[in-house]
Amino acid sequence: MTMAEKVLARTSGRDSVAPGEYVTCRVDRVMCHEAFTLCGLQLASLGVQELFDPDRVIVILDHYFPTPTEQMARGHVIARDLVERFKIRHFLGHAGICHQVLTEQGHIKPGDLVLGTDSHSTTYGAVGAAGAGIGLTEMTYVLATGELWLQVPPTLRFELEGNPGPGLMSKDVVLHLAGEFGTEVAQYRAIEYAGPVAERMSIASRMTMANMGVELGAKFALFEADAVTERYLEGRCPDAPPRFGPDADARYEAVHRIAITGLEPQVACPHNPGNVKPISKLGEVRVNQAFLGSCTNARLEDLEVAAEILRGRQVHPRTRLLVTPASHRVYLEATRAGYTETLLEAGAHITASGCGACPGGHSGLVGPGEVCISSTNRNFRGRMGSPEAEVYLGSPATVAAAAVAGRLVDPREFWKGTTLS
Amino acid sequence: MERLIRGRVWKFGHNVDTDVMAPWNTISEPWETRRKTGLHIRPECVERVQPGDLVVAGRNWGCSSSREHAPENLKLLGIGAVVAESFGRIYFRNSIAIAFPNLACPGIHEGCEEGDELEIDVRTGQIQNLTRKMSFQAQPFTPEILSILEKGGLLNVLRERLGVAAPDSTGSP
Repeated sequence: MTMAEKVLARTSGRDSVAPGEYVTCRVDRVMCHEAFTLCGLQLASLGVQELFDPDRVIVILDHYFPTPTEQMARGHVIARDLVERFKIRHFLGHAGICHQVLTEQGHIKPGDLVLGTDSHSTTYGAVGAAGAGIGLTEMTYVLATGELWLQVPPTLRFELEGNPGPGLMSKDVVLHLAGEFGTEVAQYRAIEYAGPVAERMSIASRMTMANMGVELGAKFALFEADAVTERYLEGRCPDAPPRFGPDADARYEAVHRIAITGLEPQVACPHNPGNVKPISKLGEVRVNQAFLGSCTNARLEDLEVAAEILRGRQVHPRTRLLVTPASHRVYLEATRAGYTETLLEAGAHITASGCGACPGGHSGLVGPGEVCISSTNRNFRGRMGSPEAEVYLGSPATVAAAAVAGRLVDPREFWKGTTLS
Repeated sequence: MERLIRGRVWKFGHNVDTDVMAPWNTISEPWETRRKTGLHIRPECVERVQPGDLVVAGRNWGCSSSREHAPENLKLLGIGAVVAESFGRIYFRNSIAIAFPNLACPGIHEGCEEGDELEIDVRTGQIQNLTRKMSFQAQPFTPEILSILEKGGLLNVLRERLGVAAPDSTGSP
């Protein structure tokens, strides 16, 4: 069986499952962000006194923090009341963006089935967990029962091979996949990322690719839990199994071999994550806002690359650089490492960690006619503010380079490194 | 849920995402406000839609976020059903959870124009374009999904499991 099949077989109490089957699964971990307010109120109105297992439920308030409106503050007040009422121990407050915090605090184990009220719950695949996003009604059902029906997806395998050149980050690889295969390639499917390039990736780099698995349409987007995962989870997640991967005879719907050698930095142009071009094919694009944030790309590794590019340089006068660290811990670690100071000296504005501008909530929405280069996952029309704004997606290196140049430029002009070797 | 749904078509293109069906800064607003802001790529549709009208769309309708407000906005607008070439998977699940029929039907985008009248058999997935005298076969819902739709949504399934009476048969919030 593939990784997805193994998770669904175990959680549905079967010896094996095959693509297309419907199964009812017991979830291992449940993640709720602000959606918990509405789910909790719904449960209360149904007379539900106890959740299926409060210790498997994690609540974190990240989308509207720091609270931008009184209405959102009221939502947070209700969420906190409901956390107490339902005796949820794992209330993570405002520790950062849900997927980053759950992973860095060791709440997710390889092989887990994780359902979250956020489409980017695929991110947990970075540590070998099957994570998927669900909506309010399904989450209400899960919180009450601990179960949900799922269809077993066929699995696509991307074998990432070759030698990454300078300037490359895992974001470029996943954007390349979106451009080459389209944003529906994994619709109703699971992804396994594998091959030597995937094996060498840090957990941070894997998180970016698992995260954007949903932009390829995927239900789950998984990396095999290997020695890199084991090292990452050591001290964070004591009961993590040391390895989790597909069976040797796993059957895939398709196996795609992707040559990374020679790949140049990639950018998704407005207004779709699949509208991808190599940076050299873009022409002149002047930038008003450069945004380094989100569950896709605002980890320590990303801030380190941005700091390398901005060290001794200044953000261009026509551009504002906003940095929203993926978690409070990332913010602290970046500060200890000196990256924060480097970014501030270059003129960057650093916000509290949270989802911020990415889904168009607060702290950096863009106006009509403005151009934004963003390290986030989606550039749909109007997502980050005005429907008349244009949002480009790129790696943290591409974002930082654009902040210096005031326009989209090849990050290799400023940075010869790569996070992929 | 009605077994046969008949209505007039509003036609959309490919890759229409949930951000345009339910922009993030509107989803905490009451329905009266959301009504004006939902589906902002076709404001005239929001103005003129009649209860029971249908949406026909291309590939990947409802890609993007997990916000349930996307199918909910359409349902509350009075859209009777959506027929698309394919769906974003979370949107699709959400539509089932709120008992809003969304059918995947290869060929429908080519075989249908705005204003056409369709008749959909939700149980079998058979679709007739009454205007063009064409028929299509959507992927039929599995018994598991049909059962959720027929009970009026997953919340009613939960009510049944908890032994709580359902407030109405539609499962609408």
